[in-house]
Amino acid sequence: MATNESASPPPSKRSKTRATALRELLRGLFRILRANPLTLIGFILVVIISVTATLVVLVPAVTQVVLGHPVLFTPYDPNGLSTAYGQAPSGSHWLGTDNLGRDMFSRILAALPLDLAIGFGIAGFALLVGSGLGLVAGYWDNPRTFGGVVSVIIMRVTDIFLAFPSLVLALAIAASLGRGTVPSMLAVLLTWWPYYVRLTRGEVLAIKHQPYVVAARAAGTSETRILFRHVFRNLIEPLLVYYTLDIGTVIVTFSTISFVGIGVPLDVPEWGTMVESYERFLLTLPWTVLSAGAAIFVTVLAFSLFGDGLRDILDPRSRRALVQAAIPSTLPAKAFVAAEA
Amino acid sequence: MGRNKSDLIVFVGKRLVQLLPVVLGVIVITFFFTHVAVQNPCAIWAGPHATQDQIQACIVRFGLDRPLPEQFWRYMANLLSGDWGASPRGVPVLLSISSAFPATLELVLAALLIMVAIGIPLGVVAANGAGRWADHLVRTFYLSGWATPTYLGGVVLAIAIGPALGLPTKGDFTSTPPFNGPTHMSVLDALLHLNFAAAGDAVLHLILPASALAFLNLGIATRMTRTSMLEVLPLDFVKTARMKGLSEFLVLYKHALRNSLISTTTILGITAGVLLSGTVVIENIFQWPGIGAYAFDAITGYNFNGTIAVVIVFAIVVVMSNLISDILYGILDPRVEWR
Repeated sequence: MATNESASPPPSKRSKTRATALRELLRGLFRILRANPLTLIGFILVVIISVTATLVVLVPAVTQVVLGHPVLFTPYDPNGLSTAYGQAPSGSHWLGTDNLGRDMFSRILAALPLDLAIGFGIAGFALLVGSGLGLVAGYWDNPRTFGGVVSVIIMRVTDIFLAFPSLVLALAIAASLGRGTVPSMLAVLLTWWPYYVRLTRGEVLAIKHQPYVVAARAAGTSETRILFRHVFRNLIEPLLVYYTLDIGTVIVTFSTISFVGIGVPLDVPEWGTMVESYERFLLTLPWTVLSAGAAIFVTVLAFSLFGDGLRDILDPRSRRALVQAAIPSTLPAKAFVAAEA
Repeated sequence: MGRNKSDLIVFVGKRLVQLLPVVLGVIVITFFFTHVAVQNPCAIWAGPHATQDQIQACIVRFGLDRPLPEQFWRYMANLLSGDWGASPRGVPVLLSISSAFPATLELVLAALLIMVAIGIPLGVVAANGAGRWADHLVRTFYLSGWATPTYLGGVVLAIAIGPALGLPTKGDFTSTPPFNGPTHMSVLDALLHLNFAAAGDAVLHLILPASALAFLNLGIATRMTRTSMLEVLPLDFVKTARMKGLSEFLVLYKHALRNSLISTTTILGITAGVLLSGTVVIENIFQWPGIGAYAFDAITGYNFNGTIAVVIVFAIVVVMSNLISDILYGILDPRVEWR
């Protein structure tokens, strides 16, 4: 990248402006988060969830290397049976224990990395594949060219996948492949990308007739450069927002497959499987099924709140509007006067 | 292209022709997954105690020893001649689906009704108080619906809330006297027989599964109404209505809402697919005798003919409801041209 940018300012000055820009962005982000409490809550929850998931995986792995034996991050062994059957939430068992005496809090935590990784992973794969296909289908769609033919094929196949509710197809695939974590992941993976194709193609079609793209082409900019610098950069915002919201949807869909009993095997801690296996205890040991359900609920809600607010943060126009709206309530009156002057 | 009746007919015809390759693709994909991924379905169908001869007989009977393309052509030929095959137990698929479909239609329509009755007013309230506590409250509420997995809402309603309210829940649906009316929908048929007690009973049976289905999707209606209301509220005709001294209720619900309902209506058509997916889980939890429950049984019971048929029906319903919402959009918005 740096080699063909001869006209850019010297590195020191450039990095300084970059740092200023970054600081500006962070300051703007902070103001929006303060002005919009729901987005702030979502953001904090997403950070807590992600850090916890990392610790659940890392702590046993690191202690295995350092101490020679794994130390669990969870307070109890998530699959460790005990004689403390069906205890209500207490100081020693924060979310109570299940019918086999397993600590619910540990089980919820143990399932977190899997569910989160599935959300990030499947939505991420769909993002890569779907936006790639959508970019091709939207950018080279001139009829009677090779690109045009490819574009039509991509869109027809996408239409087929979009026509049936993805959950039903995913269930059919998962059932055909047999019960297991990998088959049910594959099932969701195979049905998830078409939404990204449609979204990306729509955005590309709108962007490529914008005056700045026409101007870039008139100025003799190469097509690949237009594609990456002008078209792709403007795609990042809607795709990122959709991706953030989508992580929650993937987690729900995946756990639904587990809930109906054709997903993750019973011995792997997973929230959907937990809701299924504890369903019959809703009236006797309500904390079992409700804490598993609440785990999904909080995770999905966190990503929804954050993604919903992310749109406002990433879109420069609404960002400016939000920051201006936020000034009177968040800044002291003196600063407000100074900003106006 | 214009807005004549003939333009509309051409538009609908074109869309119906486009439906054909979609349905064909759906059949191919489902056929592939069911027939390739499952190694030996006869071993499952014949049961754990079947002898090798019985399994072999089953393979021959279902034609599974033939090459895959031949199986596919035979299936397609039967399908086109109106024979959708039978389940491994010999129940004709088309019969099961056509008897289950009205129950699902009733459930989905009831859920749509709840979405409209609750979701749209919430959207108006949120738009009217945009950025204030009412807005935050409504946003939290609909995001909660979105974040609650369908099955969790269903389980809680079916096991805890339903019995607490004394509502009929699990498996009680079949205890209603079945009305063999023209529509095969329990509420409508009871009303057509002027049997209001049975109609009331049928409504009571509908409440829980329909609310569970609607709660997840309430957000779509609310969010759409909120967005389009926000676009309409600053317009001059709303100001004029206020200046005329109309009550706030009339301004909001008669003048502003009417003009923002166009996009909400079309979104409701598109949610048909989401609601249909929801029925697979909800009907299973509430043991509602609809197509969602049939889909679940077919998928988990390795009933290939049933699975493919269900997927075809779902695809057609989704495409058709998209078409209906496009037509509604055109009827509601006089600026739209059919093309």
